[in-house]
Amino acid sequence: MAGNNPTSAEYIQHHLQNLTFGYHPENGWSIAHSATDAVEMGFWAIHLDTMGWSLAMGTLFIWLFRKVGKKATTGVPGKLQNAIEMVFEFVEGTVRDAFHAKNYLVAPIALTLFVWIFLMNTLKLVPIDLLPGVFAELGVDYMKIVPTTDPNATMGMALGVFFLIIFYSIKVKGIGGFAKELSFTPFNHWLLIPFNLVMEIISLLVKPLSLGLRLFGNMFAGEVIFILIALLPFWISWTLNVPWAIFHILIITLQAFIFTVLTVVYLQGAHDKH
Amino acid sequence: MNINLTLIGQMIAFAIFVWFCTKYVWPPISNALHERQKKIADGLDAASRANRDLELAQERADETLRESKGQAAEILEQAHKRSNQMIEEARDTARQEGERMIANAQSEIEQEINRAKEELRAQVARLAIEGAERILESSIDEKKHRELVDKLATEL
Repeated sequence: MAGNNPTSAEYIQHHLQNLTFGYHPENGWSIAHSATDAVEMGFWAIHLDTMGWSLAMGTLFIWLFRKVGKKATTGVPGKLQNAIEMVFEFVEGTVRDAFHAKNYLVAPIALTLFVWIFLMNTLKLVPIDLLPGVFAELGVDYMKIVPTTDPNATMGMALGVFFLIIFYSIKVKGIGGFAKELSFTPFNHWLLIPFNLVMEIISLLVKPLSLGLRLFGNMFAGEVIFILIALLPFWISWTLNVPWAIFHILIITLQAFIFTVLTVVYLQGAHDKH
Repeated sequence: MNINLTLIGQMIAFAIFVWFCTKYVWPPISNALHERQKKIADGLDAASRANRDLELAQERADETLRESKGQAAEILEQAHKRSNQMIEEARDTARQEGERMIANAQSEIEQEINRAKEELRAQVARLAIEGAERILESSIDEKKHRELVDKLATEL
């Protein structure tokens, strides 16, 4: 709790506010100093904390796996290599089970998503006042360190997946094939084309939405609970904090896994020819 | 919780990380894993082959052992037989030699006895003649009675 004893509502709002840099109608390009400032910036703003931490986690993933991959022996692996290989084989197996078309990009996509989201989610296990406190000392007002509690981050990835779905649908089936699939499923009759189109386009659009919002919803809800627990007196808060954190070890992994598997399944759907 | 440029930023980050992963992360780990898989499969193959070889070798060794045991027993038996024979032979030879030596000794003794008898006989004859000469004072014709005395000497 930084500074002069904020009320509970202020504390919660403070913790849910991203560090925003953007174009303010009055102040020009600047860092938002309040939630209203951030809202007034509109679309042309960027969450420095979300971007920073997500890039950091992604880079950590690339660096770690690259390091292990470069030194990977075909003999007896070390402990780190063993751990990395376990993750690798887990993702590879998942992709093998769910994806049957020929596309060498899907497995790396799945690996990237799984490890990246897992690492970003894991930031949630850092005590919620620790890093914001440190940054407050350094003069940074807001610091929301878990990128996956920011819908921009989850929807960003979900939209990335969405574009991949569109891209591969068109690449595999051709524009005509894709349009035909949208028009003639689920009811294969020309009279029902408009109905089919509406249904299929909705189901297509719901894919990224559900993907992004599921991850965001789970992570955000967990974060809010952590914040609420932190409002309790310090001598009692650990009784709730610790079980919730332990439970979240499961949620973190599970949500990363769900996002990955659904992506793979959607991409398999994009490769399916009806 | 405003939707803003972060969305685009995250999409770009996603694309970049996927590209990095595809190009620099996936291939080395994948290669290492598959190579190890192959190595392990080869190793297992080799192990089972070696096991089979070992079994065969064991069998061969057992057989050889059995054979050589039989041979050794045979050789031992032969040696026993041979040694018994040799002892028997040596005993025979020794007995024969002994008998021969005893026979030699006996014949020598007999010869000695005969010679001594001859000598004694000759001396007795001479003594008898001398005695008779003295008694008769050379009245005896040496030539005439020689035959008689010799006859006498052989009868002794």
